[in-house]
Amino acid sequence: MAQLVRPYGDTLDDGKVQLSFTLPVPDGPKALEAARLLVGSWGFHDCEVAHSSPMSDEFTFFVAYAKAGTGIDFDAVVPDSAGGGASLSMDEVNDYIRANIGRKVVVVGACTGFDAHTVGIDAIMNMKGFNHHYGLERYPMLETYNLGAQVPNEKLVEFASKVKADVLLVSQVVTQKDVHIANMTELVELLEARGERSRYVCVAGGPRISNKLAVELGYDVGFGRGSYANDVATWVVRRMVEKARA
Amino acid sequence: MRGGEGPASLNAKIAVGLRIGEIPLGDEEDIRKRGLELAKAGLGLVAGNRARRDSMMERWKGRNNDPLLYLIVATGNIHEDVKQAKAAASQGADVIAVIRTTAQSLLDYVPYGATTEGFGGTYATQENFRIMRAALDEVSEKEGRYIWLTNYASGLCMPEIAAMGALERLDMMLNDSMYGILFRDINPYRTFVDQNFSRMINAWAGIVINTGEDNYLTTSDAVESAHTVLASQFLNERLAYAAGLPARQMGLGHAFEMDPTLKDGFLLEFAQAQMAREIFPEHPLKYMPPTKFMSGDIFKGLAMDTLFNFVSKATGQGIHLLGMLTEAIHTPFMMDRFIAVENARYVMGSISSLADEIEFRKDGIIVKRSHEVLEQTVAFLGEVERTGLLDSIAKGLFADVKRPRDGGKGLDGLIEKGPDYWNPVEDGLREGLGLGPGAGGKE
Repeated sequence: MAQLVRPYGDTLDDGKVQLSFTLPVPDGPKALEAARLLVGSWGFHDCEVAHSSPMSDEFTFFVAYAKAGTGIDFDAVVPDSAGGGASLSMDEVNDYIRANIGRKVVVVGACTGFDAHTVGIDAIMNMKGFNHHYGLERYPMLETYNLGAQVPNEKLVEFASKVKADVLLVSQVVTQKDVHIANMTELVELLEARGERSRYVCVAGGPRISNKLAVELGYDVGFGRGSYANDVATWVVRRMVEKARA
Repeated sequence: MRGGEGPASLNAKIAVGLRIGEIPLGDEEDIRKRGLELAKAGLGLVAGNRARRDSMMERWKGRNNDPLLYLIVATGNIHEDVKQAKAAASQGADVIAVIRTTAQSLLDYVPYGATTEGFGGTYATQENFRIMRAALDEVSEKEGRYIWLTNYASGLCMPEIAAMGALERLDMMLNDSMYGILFRDINPYRTFVDQNFSRMINAWAGIVINTGEDNYLTTSDAVESAHTVLASQFLNERLAYAAGLPARQMGLGHAFEMDPTLKDGFLLEFAQAQMAREIFPEHPLKYMPPTKFMSGDIFKGLAMDTLFNFVSKATGQGIHLLGMLTEAIHTPFMMDRFIAVENARYVMGSISSLADEIEFRKDGIIVKRSHEVLEQTVAFLGEVERTGLLDSIAKGLFADVKRPRDGGKGLDGLIEKGPDYWNPVEDGLREGLGLGPGAGGKE
């Protein structure tokens, strides 16, 4: 029996959602009615435009509430994330490496291409970590290199080969005009051309990176918003052991 | 030039193959005469822009928000930027910053003409500056309030972009003395020379510089590293004075970036902002919003921005970069900016006179914290003084990165001054700004 779920407002299955959006029209009764009809046309019922305000002569901001027209069969949903079970803690990751790999794992990370934002790679790699999750540099069983931002893919590949890396971490923050896709693809192509793709566990990360996208582009895994160093570490060490057994 | 030709037509000839280095120099007296004429004309143009800005500001005196509300546009297309900037200004922004395209800071030249393609921002070109200035002048007239225009004189082309900004009447420039070295790996000598010259231009143009102390906090912890922000403010201030900038043109930076789960974090942010205000009383401090702990939870984000707005007004900051509730999700939507302006105006109007009402307990958390940060800063700057600035940078005392004096990008653009080195623009600026003569020859 399918478990159909709908948004919950204050009663099970009431389907209530809140929406806010802008229309390029002046505020007024006509704009209000346009907003209400528009929300209805998206499949919502009982739309109530709770608020509108003029942002300029030509734009109006709306807050609306409405009932969603459909639910979803929750049992049939396949998650788009790398998490195959709970992540290990920092100490557990180090123990796992000692028990199953028996040497330090070499991790090279970089924010590649023209992307100048180190915030993502630093959150994962810096000693300090982020939000009370220590970064990979603090893991005694990891040997880490954070190459920083604006690293050309060629340089990353050469450096990885020089330090005999096991894991490549690629951070992409800027995604305007899909520049990250071209850049991420270039790295995989470069590795394949050198016959080195299978040598590494390749990880992509960033606020707009999904596991699905990363895998599609030829990476082993992708980590998006809300991922921490221990999530990444857990996944890659398990993957290394899997690869060694295969 | 000798025949009375202007720089523009000479440039056009160089572009199609004229090899200027092969032409003999000619009479030195003639060169100096013509050089001085050209420099004087250029500096005169900039002085005219400055006078025009002053008169517009005088005309609309008291019409801007206090602090100035600063919003960013970043579409990549200058014509789209114009639409967004005009909307932002009519929503209540006082300052519009056009973010540069990713990687422009590492271009060792300035692109030319109007541009419509950029990643995460729009190319800084003189034509783009002109287009945006004209658009903002139009909105200023309509709103009866001067709208400031901001860009970035940072990276490998600090003086070039400062010059373009001076010619097109920009009003603010991001212009940090060490940002390029620490965060862009640009050669230290190159950056120190460029920051000095670009700041002389900014000083002459009446441009308010914004320094980049917020960058120290985006990767390091804002509580532990608070003293590095204050230390950088002191260094930026000192180097800015050396380039002829008065305090009122120094938008020293800092940021509201502490972990929101921290107990009494708000008090520590308050302490930092109040301390900066008291230490730099005449400087229009540039206050940056939370970014690092913005999560995608827009409701929590809006609450954080509200506290940020509160601290900013209660401590009398000068330039207030509005926080976006959708930070960490996407480049701002029009409605995100609207919500930000509404929030700031509500908070700031509601506590308008609070700064004059409050005193701080001498033995309280805020006063103690300020003293602690100041003491750490003094100790840190003492270490920098003993080590020397360039060696301190090389040893990684700043921002945990080591930048050796002979490393970094742009080193190949660094040439020792010859005995015949002469720069009429530099001489003119030094004279105009009342600075002493520059170091000739070897520096």
